[in-house]
Amino acid sequence: MSAAALEVDGVWKYYGDFPALRDIRLSIEPGSTVALLGRNGAGKTTLLRIIAGLSKASEGSVRIQEADVRQQATRRRIGVLGHGISLYDELSATENLVLFAKLYGLKEPERTAGEWLERTGLGRVRDGLVREFSRGMRQRLAVARAFMHEPEVLLLDEPFTSLDDRAITVLQSLLADAHAAGRTIILSTHQLREALEVATHVALIQRGRLAFSGERSQQMIDDLGWLYRTHGEN
Amino acid sequence: MSSFLRASYTIAAKDLRSEMRTKEAFNASFSFSLVILVLFSFAFDPSSEELRTISGGLLWLVFSFAGALVLNRSFARELQNDCLDALVSSPAPTSAIFFGKTLANFLLLMIVEIAALAVFAVLYDTHFSKQFWPVVLVMLLGTWGMTVIGTMFSALTVNLRMREMMLPTLVYPLLIPALMAAMTLTSDLMSGTPLGKDNLIWLRVLAGFDFIYTVLAVVFIDIVLVG
Repeated sequence: MSAAALEVDGVWKYYGDFPALRDIRLSIEPGSTVALLGRNGAGKTTLLRIIAGLSKASEGSVRIQEADVRQQATRRRIGVLGHGISLYDELSATENLVLFAKLYGLKEPERTAGEWLERTGLGRVRDGLVREFSRGMRQRLAVARAFMHEPEVLLLDEPFTSLDDRAITVLQSLLADAHAAGRTIILSTHQLREALEVATHVALIQRGRLAFSGERSQQMIDDLGWLYRTHGEN
Repeated sequence: MSSFLRASYTIAAKDLRSEMRTKEAFNASFSFSLVILVLFSFAFDPSSEELRTISGGLLWLVFSFAGALVLNRSFARELQNDCLDALVSSPAPTSAIFFGKTLANFLLLMIVEIAALAVFAVLYDTHFSKQFWPVVLVMLLGTWGMTVIGTMFSALTVNLRMREMMLPTLVYPLLIPALMAAMTLTSDLMSGTPLGKDNLIWLRVLAGFDFIYTVLAVVFIDIVLVG
């Protein structure tokens, strides 16, 4: 059996005295698509930030392909799409993508940026400043930024929230391609239907604890409330 | 090392390009410098000998207040759209992110200072052509010290609600040795005293200050940005 793509081992996170995460243990196989579910404030974003190396766990550890997440080589394997679009308003679409392509050490930043602009339907506005873009265009550019370096592990925090139809189509297509290519995807979401349609596994977080972790079943799709009724707190 | 320098250059170029488009920091800091220099020119007799002796203090007060305006924007601009998260999660070393931002702030602040120095020379009828290069050296060293500490504290205070006030409150006490050295040296040079045995100690203080705080900032920036 191959090594876990991601290993979360006894992770606790305190904000002051408040434990936002309590002893989270999670092992994710390579090629899995995991829907990280839970109500507002359950700890999904905190967990994703720790996995992405944006925040340190108070206790416990996170390893991606058996390596520490803050190692430079490990970060190259991760793609993060958070709540914000993480793009500079005063730079053009091309300049934004070239900037991140360079930071990720891609060999031909301009060519790669151009390809991803075409792929996300932004080729004709490549030189437009991001501040002049519509919300949907900004979101598609954010998706391009997160996927451009073809990461082995994708961390997506509420990726479908407030996306327009076209951005949802682009994202779903890219997620399908990433899954087909054997990449590991972890996405936190409130939109159960969209998440369960693409997920192979489900993890449910309740008040900072991992309440359920396992394969996605047909029952979860047929009855969207089943998971929360069976494993969640009312 | 080459990936560190490449990432630093990429970040610095990004910050300078953003600033060239918005001119937010330059306009604010240069306008401020101009106003202070003009107001002081009303308060003092521009041709007096007394002015020569306080010129270092006046210039470095202007530089440090103008610097606070530039440095406050440094990490604050990364908050827009959560750009800081994308930078920190990228493979670029956090020290390279810091170094790139410091470099951009340093260049920007040097441009503001050179423009302010030209205004100072005209308004206060100052001639320092004989000591031009030593003055430039003091400006480079003093500005680097101010920029390193300012950029570090810009990262530290970026998530605070009162960051515009907190940054100068935290930075100025730390800057006292560097400002004292830069003020003394600038006053000496403006009065026609060359760099020599009497004031070389201040140049060493300035260089040592820059070295120590640059090393400390590079070592601790990961803790500041990630926790």
